Amino acid sequence: MYTLPSKLKLFAIIFMVVGAIGIVTGFLTAPGSTAEVKEMMADHHGDDHASEASHAVTIDSHGESHNETTVDASHAMEQAGEHGENAHDSEEAHLEHTLHQMQNRPWSALYIACFFFFMIALGALAFYAINYAAQAGWSPVLFRVMEGITAYLVPGGIIMFVLLGLSGFHINHLFVWADPEVVAHDKLLQGKAGWLNGTALMIRAAIFLGGWFLYRHFAVKFSRESDNEDGNTSFKKTFRISAAFLVFFIYTESMMSWDWLMSFDPHWFSTLYGWYVFAGMMVCAITTIAMVAIYLKSQGYLEFVNDSHIHDLGKYMFGFSIFWTYLWFSQFMLIWYANIPEEVTYFVTRIEDYKLPFFGMLAMNFIFPVLLLMNSDYKRVNWFVVLTGIVVLAGHYINLFVLVMPGTVGTSWYIGIPELGALCFFFGLFVFVVFTALTKAPLLVKNNPFVKESKNYHY
Amino acid sequence: MASKVIHAIYNDDDILMHAVKDVRAANYHIEEVYTPFPVHGLDKVMGLEPTRIAITSFMYGLVGLAVAIIMMNFIMIEDWPQNIGGKPSFSYIANMPAFVPIMFELTVFFAAHLMVITFYMRSKLWPFKKAENPDVRTTDDHFLMAVDAGNHDIEKLTQLLHNTGAIEISLIDNDEDH
Repeated sequence: MYTLPSKLKLFAIIFMVVGAIGIVTGFLTAPGSTAEVKEMMADHHGDDHASEASHAVTIDSHGESHNETTVDASHAMEQAGEHGENAHDSEEAHLEHTLHQMQNRPWSALYIACFFFFMIALGALAFYAINYAAQAGWSPVLFRVMEGITAYLVPGGIIMFVLLGLSGFHINHLFVWADPEVVAHDKLLQGKAGWLNGTALMIRAAIFLGGWFLYRHFAVKFSRESDNEDGNTSFKKTFRISAAFLVFFIYTESMMSWDWLMSFDPHWFSTLYGWYVFAGMMVCAITTIAMVAIYLKSQGYLEFVNDSHIHDLGKYMFGFSIFWTYLWFSQFMLIWYANIPEEVTYFVTRIEDYKLPFFGMLAMNFIFPVLLLMNSDYKRVNWFVVLTGIVVLAGHYINLFVLVMPGTVGTSWYIGIPELGALCFFFGLFVFVVFTALTKAPLLVKNNPFVKESKNYHY
Repeated sequence: MASKVIHAIYNDDDILMHAVKDVRAANYHIEEVYTPFPVHGLDKVMGLEPTRIAITSFMYGLVGLAVAIIMMNFIMIEDWPQNIGGKPSFSYIANMPAFVPIMFELTVFFAAHLMVITFYMRSKLWPFKKAENPDVRTTDDHFLMAVDAGNHDIEKLTQLLHNTGAIEISLIDNDEDH
C-alpha cells in the first residue's frame, strides 16, 4: 500500500493556495470599465498612441471584414471580430472591445488550466481502456497508476461542468455564441443555435461526463474486486465495458472537442479537430503516467516496473507526439493550401498575434520529443523521459492556450499571474487527488491474467 | 592455411542457447551459429555487438531531408519562382507547408532504402551469391554451432559439446576462410 507522504500533501496544498491567490488576483486586476482600460493602456503603451493612425491593420475574421485602426502590431488592441460585428474606428468601441478581452482573460486562464488537467485524466482513462481491450501484456503493473490518475476525472469533470455552465449561460463572456445580443446580429450563429446553446451544451456535457464517470467507476470497482477473487470474472467484465467505453468515448470525445474548444471560434470549423484534441490528450496522459510511475518507482513503491515499461511508455510518448504533429500539420496545411477566407482566418489570427506560442509549441511538441526519444537507450533513462515529459506537457498547455485564447482574449493575451495561478491551482489539485487515490488500493493488481507476464516483461 | 572446425548440431533452440553459454564459458571460440529462424537472445549470449544500422538509417534520413530541401529550394524558389495559384514563392519558408509532404517522403525513402542496401552490403547478400550453408538441415529444423578447433584438445572439446546436448558432432577441414 502507498501512503501519501505529508511532504507531498503539503506541496500540493501550497500549489493550490498559491494558485488560488493567483486566480483571485487575476479576477481582481481585470478592468471593470472602459475608463480603467484606458488608464491601463496609457500606463503600458505611453505615447505609442501617436502612431495609431498610421497603421491600419485589416484582420478578416469569422468571414467578415473589419477595418480597424490600431497601434502597431505588438500591442494591437483589436481582436478579430469577437462579436462578429463591424468594429468602428471610434475610440469608445475600441476600448469596449479591449475591456471584454481583458475581462475574459482570467476566465480563459481558468478554463485552459482546468481542461488541461481534466484531459490528462480523460486520456489516461482512454489509455487504460485500450490496454484492457487490447489485452496488453506489458501494462498490468501500471494499471493502478492509471487508475490513480483517472481519479482526477471526477473532481476535474465537475469543475469543468461548472465552468461550462458559467460560459454556456453567458455569466462570463467566454462563448461568443452564448451572448444573445451577438446572436441576434449574426446569421451564422443563428444557424448554429440549434447545437450551440447553453441548455444543449449542458445536456451534452452531462451525457459525456456521466458516461466517462460511469466507466471509470465500474472499471476501478471490478479491478479492486478482482484482487479478492479466484477466476477471471472481473477481468472479463472490465474487458467488455472497456470495449464499449472506447466506442462511446470516441464519439463523445469528438463532440466534446467541438463543444468545449472549437466553439470558441464559432464561425470556424474543422473536421479533424476531434482527433487532433484526442492526440494531444493521449500524449499528455501517457507522459503523466510515465512521470507518476517514475516518481513512485523512485520512492520504492513499484517493485515490478522496470526500464522496459518506461521504455514502452517512452515509445508511446514518441509515437503520439508524431501523431499529434501529423494531425496538427494536416489541419494547418489543408487550410493554408486552399486558403479559403472563412477557414484561414483561424490561422491568420494565430500567426499574426500568437506567433511565438503557435510555432514554439510545435518545436516543444514535435522536434523535442522526436530528437530526444528516438534513441532506444534514451527511452530507458528515467530522467530523460521526465525531462522530455516536462517539455511535452508545457507544449501541450501552450497548444490549448493557442486553441482557446485567440477566440476569447484576442491580442490581449499574456502568460502572467492569472494563467500561472490557474495552472498552479489545478496542478496542486491534480497531485492531491491523484496521489490520494493511489493510497486507496495496493499498487499492484492481483489475479489479472496478464500480470505475471507484465511483471516479467522485458523488451 | 587450413584450419579445423567442429560442427555441433542441435535440434532445439533452448538447448542451443545453453550450449553457446557453456562453450563460451569454457573459453572456446564460436565461429558461427546457423539457425533456421531468429533465436531471441542468441546475439547476447554469443556476445555479439549491437547493430548500428539504426544510426546509419537516421543519417540517411537526414541526407534525404537535405536532398528534398535543396532540390525544392533550387527548383521552386531560386531557379524559376513562378506564381502558381498564388502560392508564395518568395522564400523557402514562405511556401514550406507545400513542401513538407515531399520532405517527409524523401526522408523516409532515403532512410529505408539506403538502410536496406547497407544491410545487404554488410551481410554480403546479393543475387547469385553462393549460399554458405554447412548443412541443409539448418534451414529447416536443426541448429549448427561451428566451434574453432584451433590447437585445442579435440577429444575434450568433443566431450564438452556432447555434454551440452549436441546430437551430431563432426570435425571439418576448413579450407576457405569466410
